[in-house]
This record gives sequence, structure tokens and C-alpha cells, in this order.
Amino acid sequence: MYCLLKCAPLILAVAVCHGWLFGDFVRKQELNEISLWPIPQKFQSSAVAFKLSPASFQIVHAKQSSAGPSCSILENAFRRYFEYVFGDLKSRKKVYDSDLVELQVWITSADPECDGYPSLQTDESYELSVDEPSAVLKAANAWGALRGLETFSQLVYEDDYGANNINKTEISDFPRFAHRGILLDSSRHFLPLKVILANLEAMAMNKFNVFHWHIVDDQSFPYMSRTFPDLSQKGAYHPFTHVYTPSDVKMVIEFARMRGIRVIPEFDTPGHTRSWGNGIKDLLTPCYSGSSPSGTFGPVNPILNSSYDFMTEFFKEISTVFPDAYIHLGGDEVDFSCWKSNPDIQKFMVQQGFGTDYSKLESFYVQRLLDIVAATKKGYMVWQEVFDNGVKLKADTQIHVWKERPQYQDEMAKVTAAGFNTLLSTPWYLNRISYGQDWVNIYKADPQNFTGTDAQKKLVIGGEACLWGEYVDATNLTPRLWPRASAVAERLWSDKSVTDVGNAYNRLAQHRCRMVKRGIPAEPLFVGHCRQEYMGL
Amino acid sequence: TIFSAPVRACLLLVVVSVWVQQVDGVWPLPQQLDQSADRNSLSPQRFSFTYGRDSAAQTGCSVLDAAFKRYFSIIFPDFTKGSVSVKTRGCDGYPDEDSDESYNLSVSEGQAVLRSVTVWGALRGLESFSQLVYQDDYGSYFINKTEIVDFPRFAFRGLLLDTSRHYLPLHAILKTLDAMAYSKFNVFHWHIVDDPSFPYQSRTFPDLSNKGAFHPFTHVYTQSDVMRVIEHARMRGIRVIPEFDSPGHTQSWGKGQPNLLTPCYKGDVPSGSFGPVDPTVDTTYKFMESLLKEVKFVFPDSYVHLGGDEVSFACWQSNPNVRTFMEKMGFGKDFTKLESFYMERTSIVWQDVFDYHERIPQDTVLEIWKGETYQAELSRMTKAGHRVLLSAPWYINHISYGQDWRNSYAVQPQNFSGVWSKQKKLVIGGEVAMWGEYVDATNLNPRLWPRACAAAERLWSDEEKTLNADLAFPRLEKFRCELLRRGIQAEPLFVGHCKHEYDGL
Repeated sequence: MYCLLKCAPLILAVAVCHGWLFGDFVRKQELNEISLWPIPQKFQSSAVAFKLSPASFQIVHAKQSSAGPSCSILENAFRRYFEYVFGDLKSRKKVYDSDLVELQVWITSADPECDGYPSLQTDESYELSVDEPSAVLKAANAWGALRGLETFSQLVYEDDYGANNINKTEISDFPRFAHRGILLDSSRHFLPLKVILANLEAMAMNKFNVFHWHIVDDQSFPYMSRTFPDLSQKGAYHPFTHVYTPSDVKMVIEFARMRGIRVIPEFDTPGHTRSWGNGIKDLLTPCYSGSSPSGTFGPVNPILNSSYDFMTEFFKEISTVFPDAYIHLGGDEVDFSCWKSNPDIQKFMVQQGFGTDYSKLESFYVQRLLDIVAATKKGYMVWQEVFDNGVKLKADTQIHVWKERPQYQDEMAKVTAAGFNTLLSTPWYLNRISYGQDWVNIYKADPQNFTGTDAQKKLVIGGEACLWGEYVDATNLTPRLWPRASAVAERLWSDKSVTDVGNAYNRLAQHRCRMVKRGIPAEPLFVGHCRQEYMGL
Repeated sequence: TIFSAPVRACLLLVVVSVWVQQVDGVWPLPQQLDQSADRNSLSPQRFSFTYGRDSAAQTGCSVLDAAFKRYFSIIFPDFTKGSVSVKTRGCDGYPDEDSDESYNLSVSEGQAVLRSVTVWGALRGLESFSQLVYQDDYGSYFINKTEIVDFPRFAFRGLLLDTSRHYLPLHAILKTLDAMAYSKFNVFHWHIVDDPSFPYQSRTFPDLSNKGAFHPFTHVYTQSDVMRVIEHARMRGIRVIPEFDSPGHTQSWGKGQPNLLTPCYKGDVPSGSFGPVDPTVDTTYKFMESLLKEVKFVFPDSYVHLGGDEVSFACWQSNPNVRTFMEKMGFGKDFTKLESFYMERTSIVWQDVFDYHERIPQDTVLEIWKGETYQAELSRMTKAGHRVLLSAPWYINHISYGQDWRNSYAVQPQNFSGVWSKQKKLVIGGEVAMWGEYVDATNLNPRLWPRACAAAERLWSDEEKTLNADLAFPRLEKFRCELLRRGIQAEPLFVGHCKHEYDGL
């Protein structure tokens, strides 16, 4: 362990832990410069360093690869990572010889999936071998190759003379969880496209693979629907400047696809729908004050056929616009007081034999909605209340745990005991801020840390960091999210045993500087500096 | 005072029509504001700022010429026509603690008149004027008939940035000065060096930054950087007060100045680590004298902040030379006396110095930063006859979830037990502090704005008229959208939107 103490950087620490240390330590100082985030599953590195020169280094398709120049995902990624590695053109002028002449990217399965979309089942594993004269990145498909390219780019470090170096390295890597998401809320504040795209960039740097787009809510409806243009016309903050047009949405989906990120839209009903009511007459329940309508509206009106007709048409559109196999249907925080006040609803409750149990009415609505969405051949995700209220769910439904009470560990146990795929978000509500290094608690939370069988644990498919929008817009979103979300990224990707906070701090501090260098305004963890400070503004 | 006769600027307006439109007002709220629903339209083609005929300042006054140009493009962002030429002669002074910032603004048909005693007052008035102008849905500009009589409640309205714990690039500082002017702050307290790094490039002691900065070239403020900050601030009526905090908070100084810091001992041998500045040797005072001489030369303001907070006595205690010195000076074992010996002859210091001090000069301004007991401190310090600055409730580097600006807004700086005329008047103002542990260029601006605006209004406006945060909310919300429109990355107060969202990253 003397080396661990002496050399401190994680690379060595990990190498020591795995008992795979080889080579000598003549270039200790350079090793300090490397820091991987999230840390790969299996990793071995030596102190032998190779130089990479922008003039002679290339990223190429391996001869044996099933992918070639027609694979736009990889072609784009090659260019992107070349730029990450070598920086802007100015610094590329430095001329020196390259020890490493190329990175060969070798897609091994017959179908590289270059024209497809990533899914929950996507194999993101890869193997990376860095040796003279070529480095080889092997992956079953383009998605795994994207993860490997990110790792490769993180291995490269600059020495004091500005030359790029990479150490002899072997990596075999795969994610611990298949669903690693970020939720952004574009309803409470409108988020300009640029901000969404920048965050997709940052997600890829952290190996996140799901963008959960909480696109509409009570406050505004920025999604421009082809079928129901009035939704955004009347429900957005502004019908032209504060909307996502069909081509905006397409751009987000394609930008995400290029980075191996799924886009799962959330259209939350029957609550959280005030903005829907502006554009769709009679969709929401009129609330009553005594015996007359009060002029305010509650959740979607569950007793009218027109509500379900609307949902059928609407989700037909959504299912074609968003290619992912899943849609998030929300279902959280339904306020019953308005339903209770409405005499027509009261009558309906009696007819249906629901008594005064309004959660039965909610279930009635959700049940019909789920049937509607199932007919579009999509799977669905819902917030935990839908499960808690006993709605009958399709077996492949994903339950999204978010509440503080009951303890999320108990909820995780309950949901998995019922056999459902589960996602965790409770400890990762990153909109909640406090003074100091709150990333530590974010980092410590583990989605499988509950009492249950192995089979139950396997039903945990991952988690999501949520950045709700009450206090967040384009001005502060990115520094508030990064690098705090990076803590979640490592928890969801790396091995369960990776829990050393001190070690994580050193790597994360460098990772955030890397993000800053790549143009992402990721905020500092604590006192210190980056070689290249943030220059935007 | 620079001008004997009042500065007077005329703003030419064209009256078109009368619509009822209530403007939400100005931030911080002027002392007296009377608005009518009569509105006048402003045509960017025909509007201009001119000096009044009887104005002491005329074309050639650099501060106002530049301000006319600046405010023209703030009011009419789509029109770059600058009818005012900027020359640098006249109005060459700096704002100081006695500067009169009052102004009167009268907007009527066809003309608006801004009267002030000094150019600094004119700057405040121009800011108010710019906030009165609004655009209708068709893009036409309007201003309502308005009468404003305005002056600051406190003379010292400061904002502290910490460039040691994280280096802040120059443009981040300049941008902050812009935003400060929009909120009528008038002091930039530059906490320029501290333990972690020494980015100030000294002419006399270049090793201080060569060895003490995070990086000797990329993470320093050169002399010309400092000049730029001072001039940018001057143009906006903002004083720049640098802080060279000692004897504690000086770890980074020790790297470039051997024998400055006290070697700490472990038993009988030096432990290899260093404590505060060594107060027992003459070389320390010689060094401090040279450095402060330079600082007084570089920074024109008559104040220097000398820190003096959080001195850890453990290292002094461990050092045998210090202990001998203590006995010689008759300090016994009271290390607080040692500190006060060192801190003589100062201008602004943190409260710790008063807490320990017996012979503190009467003209020293004390700054209160300890949170729990600030009312009691205000009472004690003013009773002792010292002028006081309040910062404790405005440490806005401390963040929490939700609308924490309301806490800043609720502060009442003169609400402590004491005699009105004697004691309360000794509160000369306050400062918003943005310490740098968790802040750098990536998150500084949205963390500062609009949260700092709450203190800005408390320090400028009449407390009686501005105690209700709910009433202030819509005005502040509108002001933060105005900041966005002007390119300041001000974060949202709550759910909602601005016509012009921030489109940087």
C-alpha cells in the first residue's frame, strides 16, 4: 500500500486493488493527470506512456469491423473525440512524433446498429487495449464503441510541454445498470434547445444513457403537437419563442442518438395538467365552490369519453414522434379535492361503486390510459403512486420511485417484490441544493441497498438524477447539474464496490475540469483551480 | 465634490399617445416615486441624451459620455447609433465615501430632466431612467410621466468577490461590476488574496504571485488587469476596495516571501508547517509597509481592507520566539493582544479585530461577519463610536433550496438597541459577500444575481416602503428579466418565464 499513499492518484489505487500493477513508476507525475469517470469495471494500466500527435494520430474503423464510413454515429463520434483529445486547432500546431498512430474501432456483431436507436436491452460493453503502435477498441455495436471512445479520451493527458500522452492500458467495461438517466423539466421554466443539447453532451461524458424529458406540466406546455396545435399555442409561455417545434424535438432525439442516449418523454396525467386545459376544452375537471363551478380546474376529467378520445389521438402522435420503446406517463400527485367538489364526478363515483375512495377513480383513469398507450405498442414508466394505488399494470411496466416517505428502501423492496422493474430517483433530486459538498451523499446512495432477494435486486434497472425546474432555467441549470450528476453516473455505471469518497473526490475534481475544458460550465467541488478555467459567460 | 453647479441632462422625448399602463417600478425602489398612467413614446431615431445648458459637466465628461452611450444601447438594444462621442477628459475623479449620489428625475411630455450634484448621482439617475422605459408588443418604446426624488439610505453598498479560493477571470469581474451598477451597488470589495492563492501580481514583490498563484501566468491579475477593473468600476460610480487579509489567511503569501509566516513547532522543533504572519520580527513590518504602500498607490480608494479575521493562535503559541516576544511586550499569554499590536493603523477590518482590541483607532471601520450575534455586535461597536458595515446576514455564498432572497431582504441593519442619533448613524452600510469555496466562473453569476439585489434594495431604499417581500417579488422578478435582457446570467426566483431568456450557456 505504500504506493497508494505515495502516488495518491486513483489509477494506481485501482490497479493496486485489482492486484494488477506492472511496469515501473518513472513517470509518476504524468499518471497524476489521468482520471477516469465513471471508473471502468476492469482496469489495468502501466506507467509506459505513448505520445499522441494530432498530426499523425487517427481514429479508424478496424479492418474486421462490421461498421464502416457509412456509420454516421461512429464517424461523428470519431471527429468529436478527436477534438476532445486534441483541443482547438491552435494547440494542434505543435509537431512531435506519435508513438500511438491510431485507435482502431472494431464492431464485432454483424449488425453495428448504426441506423438504430439505443434501447433498454442495448449491450454497452466494450474492451479497450492501448498499446504501441495501435490501440484497439472492441464492442458488439456502435453504442458500446461510444462508451469506449469516451474512456479512451479520458485516458489521454497533457504533459508539461503540451504533448498528449496515453499510458499502456487494458480495460474491460460494462455498465452496472441499464437505465442511467437525467430528468430535465422544460415546463416550469422553458429550456432553450441549446441548453438541452449541451446537457446531452455532458451526459455522454458521464456515460448516462437516458434523457427523461419532463416536457410539459401545470405551468406550461411547450411541446408543439401536430394533432393539437392549440396545446402549445395556448399552453406555452409564449406560442413562438417558448415552444419545441417538431423539428426541435427531432433534433434533440437525433443529437441524443448520436451519443447513445435514449429520449423518454413524460406526459404526466391526470394531475400536473393545468397547461393542457388552456388548449383543450373540457379536458380538465371543473372545480365547484358549493353548487356552482368556481372557474378553476383540476386534474383531467376521468368521467368523459372525450378525455379518452383525446388521449388516444394524442398518444398516437407521441408514439410516432418519439422512437423509444417507453413513454413516461407520470401519474403522480393527483389532488382529489377538485374531483370531490364536482357533482358529476360524485354521481359517477356512486355509479361505479367507488364509494368515497378517489384513488379508485384515479386507478380507473390510469387503467384506461394504460390500455390506450399499450395499443400504440409502447411500454410505459410511471411514478410510484400508480403502483401504490394498486392500478393493474402490464408486467413490463417500470415503476419510478421518488418519494421520501415511506423510506425509499422499503418502497424499492415492495415494488420489486411485486415483480416490477424499478428505477430510483429519491436520493437524486438534484434541484434540492444545500451549502457544501452535497455530492457525497448523492454518491453514497445505492439503488440496490434494500432488503430483498437477488431476484428482486435484479429488477432494479437503474436510476435517474432529477433536476426539477422551480428554481432552474438556462441561467443556472448546467452548473447546478454538473458535476453533481456525475456522482450518480458513477453509482449507476461502476461496480458496487467503488465507494471510496476520498478517491472519488480527486477523480471527480479532475473530471469536472475536463468538462469545463470541453465547454460545460460544471461548478467546482471545492477550493482549487483548473488548468483551463471556464471562459464562456 | 467635483461640481459646484448641478449636473443636468435633458432627455428629449416625443409624446404620441396616452394608454393606461402601470410600470412595475424600479429596483432598488427610489425614495420618492410618482408615476402617472400618461405615457410618452420614445423614438430611438429622435431620442438623445444631452447635457443641460447650466450643467457643470458638459461633453467631454468621460463618465457621463460613456454612460450616455451605454444606456442608449441598454434602452434600445437594436439600435447601435451612438450619437455621443466619448473623450477622456474631465470628470476624472473617483467616487468616495462622501460622494453625493442623489438625483431628481422628471419625465414629462417631450422632455425628461435629470438633476444631480455629481456625476455619480447622474449615473444612478440614468439607471433609474433606463428601468422606466418599456416596450409594447409591437416593439415601440414608452416611458410614463414620472417624478423621482432619490438618494441612497446608506453610503456604503458593497459586494465582495473572493478571487483566491477560485480564480475569477477578468471578464467575470467586469460583468459583475456591470450588474452591480444596475442594482446601484457602489463598492467592489475585492478579496483578492487568501490562503489558497495569491493572484495579485505585485510590482514590488513579483514572487508573491509567481509562487503563490494557482498558475503564475494564467491565474494572476496583472497591473493592467487591476487598472481595467478600477476604471470599469469608476465609469459606473463604483469604488474598488482591495482586501489584503493578514495576519491569518496568508498561507499563499509564504510561498513567495520567505520568513514572513510564523514557523509552527512540534515540541522543540519546527514542524515544517506555517501559521499566521510572524508579528515578532521587523522584516514583517518592513514587508507589509512596502506592500501596502504599493497597494495604496495602485488602488485609488482611500480605504484598504486589512482583514484580520480568524487568526489561529495555535501556531503562534507553539513558537518559542513568539512566546519570548510576548513576555517582552508584557502580553502575558493573551495572544489576542499580540494580534491587536499587529493590526494597528488600519482602515476597514473584520469584527475579530474589535473583539480582541483595546486601542483601535476611532476612524477604523468595522465589518461584521459573524452570523449569530450581529445585532449585539452592532450595538457594542457603535456604542464604542466606531463606524460599522454589516455583512453577516448577507453571506450569499451560503445557498439553500427555495427563495432565500427573502431572508436577505428581511434584514434591518439599524434594528438594534442603541441611541438613534449617535449609534444608528454609525452604520454606514453593508456588503453582500460571495466567498469562493464553491464558486468560480461557472456558477458565480447565477448565484449572485438576483440574490444580491435583495440587499441592494435594503441598502438603497426606504425601509418603511420596502419591508414586504411579497410586494417586492413581482418587481424583482421583472428586474431579473431586465438583467437577462442586458446579458447578466441572473437565475430565476421561481416558476415562470422572461420574454428574453438567457441564451448563453
